[in-house]
Amino acid sequence: MIKGIIFDIKRYAIHDGPGIRTTIFFKGCPLRCWWCHNPEGLSFEPELIFRENRCLNECTECIRSCAKGALSRTDQYIHIDREGCDLCGECAQVCPSEALEIIGREMSVAEVMKEIEKDMIFYDESEGGVTFSGGEPLMQPEFLNALLEECKQRKIHTALDTCGYASLKVIDKISHKMGLFLYDIKIMDDKRHREYTGESNKPILENLQKLAERGSRLAVRIPIIPGVNDDEDNINKIAEFILSLPGIKDISLLPFHSAARAKYQRLKQADRMEGTQPPSDKKTEEIKRTLEDFGLRVKIGG
Amino acid sequence: MKQRIKKLRAQSVNTKPFVTPERAILITEFYKSDIANSVSAPVRRALAFQYLMEHKSICINEGELIVGERGPSPRATPTYPEICCHSLQDLDILNSRKKISFSVSEETKKVYKEEIIPFWKGKSIRDKIFSEMSYEWIAAYEAGIITEFMEQRAPGHTVLDDKIYKKGFLDFKEDIKGSMEKLDFLNDPEAYHKREQLKAMEIAADALIRFAQRHAEKARELAKQEKDPERRKELEKIAESCSWVPAHAPRDFWEALQHYWFVHLGVITELNGWDSFNPGRLDQHLYPFYQKGLEEGSLTRERAKELLQAFWVKFNNHPAPPKVGVTAAESSTYTDFALINNGGVKADGSDAVNELSYLILDVVEEMRIPQPSSMVQISKKTPDRFLQRALNIIKTGFGQPSVFNTDEIIQELLRQGKSPEDARNGGSSGCVETGAFGKEHYKLTGYFNLVKVLEITLNNGLDPRTGKKIGLETGDPAEFSSFDELMEAFQKQLDYFIDIKIKGNNIIERLYADYVPAPFLSLLISDCIAKGKDYHNGGARYNTSYIQGVGMGTITDSLAAIKFNVFDKKHHTMREMLNALKENFEGHENLRQRLLNKTPKYGNDDDYADEIMKAVFEIYFDAVDGRPNTIGGHHRINLLPTTVHIYFGKVSGATPDGRKAAEPLSEGVSPVQGADRNGPTAVIKSVAKMDHPRTGGTLLNQKFTPQLLADEDGINKLAHLIRTYFKLDGHHIQFNVISADTLRDAQEHPEKYRDLIVRVAGYSDYFVDLGVELQNEIIKRTEHQNF
Repeated sequence: MIKGIIFDIKRYAIHDGPGIRTTIFFKGCPLRCWWCHNPEGLSFEPELIFRENRCLNECTECIRSCAKGALSRTDQYIHIDREGCDLCGECAQVCPSEALEIIGREMSVAEVMKEIEKDMIFYDESEGGVTFSGGEPLMQPEFLNALLEECKQRKIHTALDTCGYASLKVIDKISHKMGLFLYDIKIMDDKRHREYTGESNKPILENLQKLAERGSRLAVRIPIIPGVNDDEDNINKIAEFILSLPGIKDISLLPFHSAARAKYQRLKQADRMEGTQPPSDKKTEEIKRTLEDFGLRVKIGG
Repeated sequence: MKQRIKKLRAQSVNTKPFVTPERAILITEFYKSDIANSVSAPVRRALAFQYLMEHKSICINEGELIVGERGPSPRATPTYPEICCHSLQDLDILNSRKKISFSVSEETKKVYKEEIIPFWKGKSIRDKIFSEMSYEWIAAYEAGIITEFMEQRAPGHTVLDDKIYKKGFLDFKEDIKGSMEKLDFLNDPEAYHKREQLKAMEIAADALIRFAQRHAEKARELAKQEKDPERRKELEKIAESCSWVPAHAPRDFWEALQHYWFVHLGVITELNGWDSFNPGRLDQHLYPFYQKGLEEGSLTRERAKELLQAFWVKFNNHPAPPKVGVTAAESSTYTDFALINNGGVKADGSDAVNELSYLILDVVEEMRIPQPSSMVQISKKTPDRFLQRALNIIKTGFGQPSVFNTDEIIQELLRQGKSPEDARNGGSSGCVETGAFGKEHYKLTGYFNLVKVLEITLNNGLDPRTGKKIGLETGDPAEFSSFDELMEAFQKQLDYFIDIKIKGNNIIERLYADYVPAPFLSLLISDCIAKGKDYHNGGARYNTSYIQGVGMGTITDSLAAIKFNVFDKKHHTMREMLNALKENFEGHENLRQRLLNKTPKYGNDDDYADEIMKAVFEIYFDAVDGRPNTIGGHHRINLLPTTVHIYFGKVSGATPDGRKAAEPLSEGVSPVQGADRNGPTAVIKSVAKMDHPRTGGTLLNQKFTPQLLADEDGINKLAHLIRTYFKLDGHHIQFNVISADTLRDAQEHPEKYRDLIVRVAGYSDYFVDLGVELQNEIIKRTEHQNF
């Protein structure tokens, strides 16, 4: 049976495509964008996180439950010996206050479908559906494909929120089944792209071109990251590239926000955007106008 | 907004409510008179009404277009000593309490001390009720298992249909004459009683006509003194209107509003019925006048709006009569629950939304005052743009209008035996209560604390708060070997208390029928005139008594917690659980956290919890639905709380869902505050597993952050969410669109937020007027955020 690693399922997702949707977050991503707002979705492995503010002072249930002896306490803090921990999840299971939590769990296609089906009546009413997001769903192609087949059978509209970094083979396999691609374009300059995301933008742009040529339904999303990709040159180049492709009209601008800061702390990861403020409304409007001058339909927000 | 409306609105909003003794003095004078003691009860009440209408002061405020006040001036609030005679201590409390206070002058206290209290002591309905109720009833009342709506206010809640727009009170008198002629003194043993009742109605009709004439006289007098020629013309038109309506059916839009307003004043002066009174489907009733006015050129859209705004101010001028004790706790607000219905369907089932429906929404948006309350009825035929227009007002964050499901309301009414036409002409009043407008006596009789019944069950009949045995001995729960056994014990206990409540209801109903008939209200509700019977005595076409269940979320989560942790997973023994509850979770924080975080909860589309909600619903429904009342109708259930979930919480100990003692219960059919974690679609799925059409109304509160509704897309998606809830037969949904941060700031700096209006439970109120527990409860409700 095909299984996947999922780190969240959000119902009433209203910024991830048309209508009322359920968004499935796949764990694992090939890119390492500095501004990533779902850092818990980067690694393919499940992760054990600890929330200090939720931990009960005198409770030792987690420590007692750990067969590997990987947990210990100092004052308000539970130490996790990452070497010893085998991510069995027992501690998170017994923790009464959800201070310990495993991010990412293995789910079967049937399990995910059960969650998707719960809001079917809302999709019907609003012409919504399911959105696969992450992380990067294309990194779990078999699982994604199986879910797509199931959705197709049930006539549930599907959308893929993707960074586009995948092999053409993978794209080929799913493109004709996908209702809509929400496709990220970040930086046109390849050197800068590598610097800020860790990978080249070549396959990303090529894949987009292929999809456009084959007539897939596409909406492009541009994150607006101050000082990284909000310069006129980059925006112009993105517009020119999009215009060189057939059939893409819709652009969403996703202004950088700092909501993920707490997540970085919880995961004990460095927040490389520390100190960066969201772009001003004026700046975002300016970018919107620039793109509109190219004849594109631009929306701020998902 | 025109200058005049701004002024009238400001006068209404800025005047502190105060107690006027005028009505109490007049009614006492009348009851002391010889005539009062030599006539039948209905005639006595009619003559009392006539005495009030003849002698109460007449008030016409500067710049007003719609005239008439219940008291001598705006925000003056009369008392009804024949129902509830306030003690001097009550008056002191009203005057000095922090929230929902009423100024009481020294003169008022003096007249109460010397005239009112000495006469009414022991004679008021409230005194009669408490002396007639059984020991068990008093025990349940004192424990906070039940409340009693008719203890301080008369049966009300009812709503008017379109009859007054077609008939004046002279026409009603013709109808009365017709009924009198049909009386059969040969064969009908009731004939004499009917004649007395009809006589009383006739007197009441004349009294209201006289009341209007007094306004005409006053307006003429003011016109003579008026220097401004335009205002003089207005006063002359007011005088002319008041000489025409309510004696005759209204001739134009303005008169229609004035006509209703006199009727409204009549009803709320005759008695202090709950939910004041309510024009109901206002867009439907006024539309013919609106259309005619526009066609003839005698009315413009702007003028209609101004008149409606003037009408709106009149409602806000009238706070709910002062409440004390449990009644004040269960309904802690100045709001008197007149709920204007907008939209819905016509009698033939077609879509009823018209141009006036939109204009009324404009008025709601501009006026931004708690009274009257407003709602939209949405049927599957209602155009999307109407719902979207309503949502664009809701998103401005003052809780109005609330949104109702017409198709479901019709299902409710049909199930209860109403005709299709009466059902389609119906709607919701008060908070969320369903009624056949103009044809039904329907009253809320009191709240029922579902959670406290579980507490009594878990203590084998004992109330741990007082140590008194007030329930049945249904066994020591620690000995129960299955969850079913617990449910059985709970059901027995619940049936026991419902029986107590219904027995009480069936006495109290008779007290009103026998001692304080309502001949004026009887003129307005079909078929009182045709039957020759009073509104309080089965005169209405349909007669329904509701008992309002409270705490559905808390009881569900509590039972789910026991089933899951004690019987299924065996994490804890029942003894451990009971012990933790007894100690209010002191020293049991691990257990409490597990109950809060690792236990299935209602509101998450999780069948484990939701099936228990359904089981509780069935138990409650079976206990109440179909039990006869004394006026030819039945008891039914609905699920709404006003503010009683705060009071019921205060008297309830710690609960197995992790709630600590004295904390508020869940409200309406909403999940426990903060327990729903899967977003609004999951809430809606859970709540819709309840069979709403078998109730007489349910209340669902939702809180959204403003960002979620920032753009048109957000509005459209909310519209889809509501449409889906209604497809699933949900009854009602209402929204607070305001962030918890704003509410917290308002708590700290009330002076900055005097205008902040929030949705409480079926009505809106100024946030700073709410008690701190209620403020906290609203802050704690789950906030659906921008995903």
